[in-house]
Amino acid sequence: MIPQTFAYKKAHTIDEALALLRAHGDDAKLLAGGHSLIPLMKLRLSTPELLIDIGGIRELTEIREQDGRIELGALVTHRMIEFSTLLKQKCPVLPEAAALIGDPQVRNKGTIGGSLAHADPAADYPAVMLALDAEIEATGPDGSRTIAAREFFQGLFTTALRPDEMLTRVRVPAMPPRSGAAYLKFPNPASRYAVVGVAAFVKLAPDDTCAEVRIGITGAAPAAFRATRAEEQLVGRAIDDRTLTAALEDLVDPDDLLSDLAATAEYRAHLCHVLTRRALRQAAERAHS
Amino acid sequence: MKVRVRKVNPVKALFKTGGGVMRHTIQVTVNGQTHQVEVESRMLLVELIRDVLGLTGTHVGCDTSQCGACTVHVNGEAVKSCTMFAVQADGCEITTIEGLAQDGQLHPLQEGFWQEHGLQCGFCTPGIIMAAADLLKRNPNPSEDEIRHALEGNYCRCTGYHNIVRAIQYAAARMRGEAVVPRGEAAPTGAS
Repeated sequence: MIPQTFAYKKAHTIDEALALLRAHGDDAKLLAGGHSLIPLMKLRLSTPELLIDIGGIRELTEIREQDGRIELGALVTHRMIEFSTLLKQKCPVLPEAAALIGDPQVRNKGTIGGSLAHADPAADYPAVMLALDAEIEATGPDGSRTIAAREFFQGLFTTALRPDEMLTRVRVPAMPPRSGAAYLKFPNPASRYAVVGVAAFVKLAPDDTCAEVRIGITGAAPAAFRATRAEEQLVGRAIDDRTLTAALEDLVDPDDLLSDLAATAEYRAHLCHVLTRRALRQAAERAHS
Repeated sequence: MKVRVRKVNPVKALFKTGGGVMRHTIQVTVNGQTHQVEVESRMLLVELIRDVLGLTGTHVGCDTSQCGACTVHVNGEAVKSCTMFAVQADGCEITTIEGLAQDGQLHPLQEGFWQEHGLQCGFCTPGIIMAAADLLKRNPNPSEDEIRHALEGNYCRCTGYHNIVRAIQYAAARMRGEAVVPRGEAAPTGAS
């Protein structure tokens, strides 16, 4: 459990980190909280020659409100999200999801940017990012660009980030009136990772039918995904048992899902159904109140 | 995920890494005492604490960020010191189990584990006490449920957590300034 030797450099600014990334490309890795990367390095599944420690870049540790959105720096820890008064008021589903990650010690170190860039298929945030239609800011040599959450998660540990880019910020919407969101997960009893996790966002029209619906699912497939077929069937309808049964009929195809020691693809499909149903109901209830 | 396993020539790597070096002099303050030490990049914080500074109260259980036996405080927050490189702690304040007692007086948590029989083999105890200290700082009056949740990152394989929860409740009451009678010393009830 001893990592391969590597060189270590601390970057104090985004520009310093980018310059190091550009110079060393594939041989370098960014180190934030380290709670995904260090375990992989101990197993020698990751053997970078250079670690660029971005943990000291102060400007990426803030949570602030801007233009109706909440902006989180990449280095905001799960614990800061869990206890953020601003997020609890404006976007409570994010602190709720953060509180379900790992354990308190892990949440003290792990960061939202690190988790998203690592793109573990069983991580919690991706489902929430998809349901909230979050924006992910990547900064590279030519400046910053915004990536929509639905474009970001591309496959197993694979994102839309380019090798010379770093994830710098995440923007989630403040919840609009008559909207609600919920995140539910079935955790692996040992690791607390999601065997399946489902985030739902519902915005109600004046007649209590769904004006907007988004469903993000993590843990089930090689990458988190939006259940767009079900979303389309729910728009314009009120959330009740009959509507849910009809809309969730084709929610997922077990052929697309993961099978492992924790759960077969068929069981994951079952969990997707149960959790999506509950998450949509909870989101709709919150939208009403 | 890219899986690469290859041998690195450390000398060659030095040239390739633009001044990033394999050895670093760092400064850490551990239990109030400042140390300047030279560490290799890949040295873990727990190795620095145990093998270099000789503070063996912090344990290595699983070495995979699961069991929590290596929990210490870095700048006041509980972290797993097997999942942090020593070099990341440069400039940080660290508290280990050895730093909790003040002036020969046990910390209320240590006293609670003593009074409530919160341990059997004791291997997990330092990590659990450090995790509990983090909890009580944020939440001076936790419910039993909150205590059990706060210990999700700590494994005890002896006791089943029952007396551990009691020990933390004991400490929480003491730290809130309440009088606490340890169960062993309470007047027996129901005796005929």
